[in-house]
Amino acid sequence: MSTHLHNQLHNPSLLAVRDLCVEFATRKGPVTAVRAVNLQVAKGETLGIVGESGSGKSVTSYAVMRILDRAGRIVSGGIEFGGMQLHGADEATMSDLRGREISMIFQNPRAALNPIRPVGKQIEDVLIRHAQATHDQAKAKAIEALEKVRIRDAAKRYHAYPFELSGGMCQRVVIAIALACRPQLLIADEPTTGLDVTTQKAVMELVRELTRSEGMSTLLITHDLGLAGEYCDRIVVMEKGEVVEQQDTKGLFTAPAHPYTRRLIRSTPHSAATIRDLLPDDLRTPLPPAVAVSEEPLLEVKDLVKVFEAPSSFIQRLRGRRESGYRAVDGISFSIARGESVGLVGESGCGKSTTSAMVMRLLDSSSGSIRFKGHELTAVSAAQFARTPQRRELQMVFQDPHESLNPRATAAQSIADPLRRLEGMTDGAAIRARVEELAAQVGLPLELLDRLPHQLSGGQKARVGIARAISTKPELLILDEPTAALDVSVQAVVLNLLADLKAQSGMSYLFVSHDLEVVRLLCDRVIVMRAGSIVEEGPTAQVLSNPQAEYTRELLSAIPRPAHLPGHGAQAALVVGAGAA
Amino acid sequence: MGHLSIILARVLQAAPTLFGIVVVTFLLTRALPGDPAAYFAGASATPESIAEIRAQLGTDQPLPVQFVRYLKDLAGGNLGQSVSTGQPVADELLRRLPASLELTLSALLLSVSIAIPLGVLAAVRQDSWVDQLCRFVVTAGVSLPTFFTGLLLVYVFYFLLGWAPAPLGRLDMLHITPPPVTGFLVIDSLIAREWSTAWSALKQLLLPSITLALFTLAPIARMTRAAMLQALASEYLRTARAAGLSSSRVLMVYAFRNALLPVVTTLGMVFSFTLGANVLVEKVFAWPGIGSFAIEALVVSDYAAVQGFVLSMAVLFVLLNLVIDTLYTLIDPRVRIEG
Amino acid sequence: MTDITVNTLAAAPRSSAWSRGYAHFRYVMTSNPVTLLAFVMLAAMILIAVFGPLLVPHDPLATAADKALKPPSLQHWFGTDQLGRDVFSRVIVATRLDLLISVSAVALSFFVGVAMGACAGYWGGWFDKLSGRLLDTIMAFPLFVLAMGIVAAAGNTIQNIVIATAIINLPFYARVARAEVSIRRNAGFVQAARLSGNTELRILIEKILPNTLPPMMVQLSLNMGWAILNAAGLSFIGLGVRPPTAEWGIMVAEGANYIVSGEWWLALFPGAALMLAVFTFNLLGDGLRDLVDPQRRT
Repeated sequence: MSTHLHNQLHNPSLLAVRDLCVEFATRKGPVTAVRAVNLQVAKGETLGIVGESGSGKSVTSYAVMRILDRAGRIVSGGIEFGGMQLHGADEATMSDLRGREISMIFQNPRAALNPIRPVGKQIEDVLIRHAQATHDQAKAKAIEALEKVRIRDAAKRYHAYPFELSGGMCQRVVIAIALACRPQLLIADEPTTGLDVTTQKAVMELVRELTRSEGMSTLLITHDLGLAGEYCDRIVVMEKGEVVEQQDTKGLFTAPAHPYTRRLIRSTPHSAATIRDLLPDDLRTPLPPAVAVSEEPLLEVKDLVKVFEAPSSFIQRLRGRRESGYRAVDGISFSIARGESVGLVGESGCGKSTTSAMVMRLLDSSSGSIRFKGHELTAVSAAQFARTPQRRELQMVFQDPHESLNPRATAAQSIADPLRRLEGMTDGAAIRARVEELAAQVGLPLELLDRLPHQLSGGQKARVGIARAISTKPELLILDEPTAALDVSVQAVVLNLLADLKAQSGMSYLFVSHDLEVVRLLCDRVIVMRAGSIVEEGPTAQVLSNPQAEYTRELLSAIPRPAHLPGHGAQAALVVGAGAA
Repeated sequence: MGHLSIILARVLQAAPTLFGIVVVTFLLTRALPGDPAAYFAGASATPESIAEIRAQLGTDQPLPVQFVRYLKDLAGGNLGQSVSTGQPVADELLRRLPASLELTLSALLLSVSIAIPLGVLAAVRQDSWVDQLCRFVVTAGVSLPTFFTGLLLVYVFYFLLGWAPAPLGRLDMLHITPPPVTGFLVIDSLIAREWSTAWSALKQLLLPSITLALFTLAPIARMTRAAMLQALASEYLRTARAAGLSSSRVLMVYAFRNALLPVVTTLGMVFSFTLGANVLVEKVFAWPGIGSFAIEALVVSDYAAVQGFVLSMAVLFVLLNLVIDTLYTLIDPRVRIEG
Repeated sequence: MTDITVNTLAAAPRSSAWSRGYAHFRYVMTSNPVTLLAFVMLAAMILIAVFGPLLVPHDPLATAADKALKPPSLQHWFGTDQLGRDVFSRVIVATRLDLLISVSAVALSFFVGVAMGACAGYWGGWFDKLSGRLLDTIMAFPLFVLAMGIVAAAGNTIQNIVIATAIINLPFYARVARAEVSIRRNAGFVQAARLSGNTELRILIEKILPNTLPPMMVQLSLNMGWAILNAAGLSFIGLGVRPPTAEWGIMVAEGANYIVSGEWWLALFPGAALMLAVFTFNLLGDGLRDLVDPQRRT
């Protein structure tokens, strides 16, 4: 008997949502965000709600808490919690329940805490509000709560302000606030989005342990099917405000019923998938034959260093206390061969983006050499580099497709920019023809070319960014987390586009990412960075299946691996896609 | 870093600003059209007497030397001689300063105590009648010329209704000025237990300070409303609500304290406006403050008096800003620690 | 037949850019009645400034001792002042001077301020420090008081009123421009423009500055109102414009003496005109931002 059925039989559901509809008032009239949603959470159960952006998963949880913002309202449906009808409850009842019976933790933990109140006081506020402590005991109990979420030096941290704590630490404080009164249900709304993968693991393990030990139920809201698969008993899949499927986790992964679920599972990268596996069947074409990787190095980086000088105030200088700079990149060396694609992997702050900015000549290096096709790139300063012939051979696709497009330029103007400046094209008709050719190459419908960025979807903007980057036929393309801001289904399409382009043109890629699963799909070789240094480097298959460095092992083990996804525990039998290989 | 050392650091940081102010006022004196020496010497002056006065004033020296002399004078509290009254400018200003301060501070107190609750209410009850009122006050407030509001109030409350006394200074003829303690007439007469004098002084103060307050109401209310709305939409407020904290606690401790930060910053700008508008209000109500003094000096081209006025207003402004910085330091832990 | 198709196709982009611009203007105007009102009032003000002196019923400078201090009547809509001059004509004629002073002062500080702020925000370094110091020094004065000092020192002329008003407005534009440029200095689309081979100057002027327009427009219209108030305040205390020139501030100042004896019309009408002008510019801000903001296009 599965745990799910067991729960259903012996524990009536703690939370039951029936036919919930939520509307938002907008300038163009009411918009339905959630339509006829039904779900139950049993006592002690962990339920995941998975969906892409705009699926209504967060709105559902806010409706349960009755903390929708002013524009939103529950149109119809019922929310029953432990026998109480929440949808009709007055605000006083709700605020008694919140924090005591149902708690919530959020994305972006630092912003979720009051910036000018010591974290200990914020825990005290909840304890005192729900009569879990008197004013005299509150401090001791708050410190206890901090200890419970494994904050070292809790008595000292009690006085800390959020800006003095790391993101992971802040999330622990948010969890401490949420669990301070031992609620029956914890709603976790994307609790680890924006955190590093190792921090994510630590936070999720902590939540699991604390909720299990107290017998709490959890509602985990996430865009990451892998995360839900690892931590949830049952999963609800939402699309465009509706529940399309709910099943216990194993059933969902092994026998997904709804086509959307199948597509979602398929586009989530995992260790056994090749890059084409991510696409729906009807889009899957055979990969064009890959260009052979030549022996000849295209790019050679040697002892590259970047030191950021700490700004010192006048008074500090008077005291002679000049802080030594921060070494963001601390003497790294690597090379990329012609036609090769190399992954540069690490967590935030490891120096990977600084490295790519220096190679791309957007940032001057402090010392070291960058040789590209025999030219020493550091000989010309970053500010002057636009005038060198190498500029058109080195291009980049940026992390955030929206932010990297000029809000005032149409798609065609953005793509045409390098053609005008670097290729010296002046004839309008010729430029237009070339822009259309590029658009076709990246699969951007021609009728979208005259739109402004805010009129395009995330995937379309990503295509514009790629078309612009390849317009000068560069030999080295740096991809700086090109899919980090995209939904998984869009990510799947963009990754395949990148693989196709590489196979067609024989470009080399430097693929900067925090996501080892994505790197696995696209890269021949991988470089792992930590704190400004390279900790491990080698062929992707080898590094991922048999990591040498402790840190690489840590990274790999932190990736959520749902038990039922194909390829779990099959690391020895890795079918490494290695991108276009 | 303790509060005290941060406040000390702020005072030190004000030093270059003060120096900048001194340089600008010095340059303004140098930019004067015409020769002050010829002006002082009068119509019947001979070239010799002008040269003598010039030497006396030091205007025959090169600029750096003059600047050093100017600094020395300032250090000794010497702002020069007023042509119109024949008195030292510093004495004149000091004598009139309490009147200006009484007007400015009472107006600020009035406008802050109305604008902040109004802004908070408008944000909490968004789109309600309070919000509409707030919007109206804000838009009207920034569009009204201070001197015009003052005249309207005089017309309505003095001429038509007869509620307010004639707009002529701080105290009517019937009362004697109380012995100066604070320099603020209302407070001084209360200290001297002269109740009717206090009442009379308060009546005189009321209209000008309402005029000035109306002008400063708008920026404070607007900033409070905006800051409050931002705080109410913040993620930490959502956390506080999701933790079930009572709405009064959510509003006061979580939203309002955070919203105060931008409001306190805006106060600096508001002080600047107030000190400027003060001059106009003093003219309308014949208020014997330093603004009226400056206007009289302007009319007779009494430059030393005008320069002294500009300098003392700037120093006053710097002091007010120091108070704001200190307040800010007390509210925001981030400043305290970065120091 | 084919020729016609080709021609219409070729002509399509240009006409559509125009009609799209017009459609956007109409959209902004109709979606917000306040904006429409503000633009109508602005248009009326400009018309009055241009044609007012030709249309007024009386000579604004003609005195008539026998008609002094007459309340509003059919012949003198706004009454007459202490010298028997027609207040209505004077209020209308003054529009041109008041607008001229504020528009030229704001234009001066807008261009200097944006150039200064943009360079400081984009390149930083010594220029940033120097201009920051300069702006701090200006801001260290109560601004109206500084304007008084400048006019007193430089001479009591309209030109100096414009310069003084421009100087005290400078920090607002320079600071907004600096902040807006500085947050975009390393934005993705700017980095992309660098990779596309644009020179730094071109990036600043063609890519970054147009994107800072929406917030600058709000600042522009707010400051325009403030500039009018400042200039009027200066003439109210006797600086700049001299009698018998018709100007709102000085007219209110002259009328102030008659308020206590109940002759309200001398000060009320020029004061109301002043208020209306400032009000118009304050309302205009949001509409202007909507007009220049591409995100508002549908």
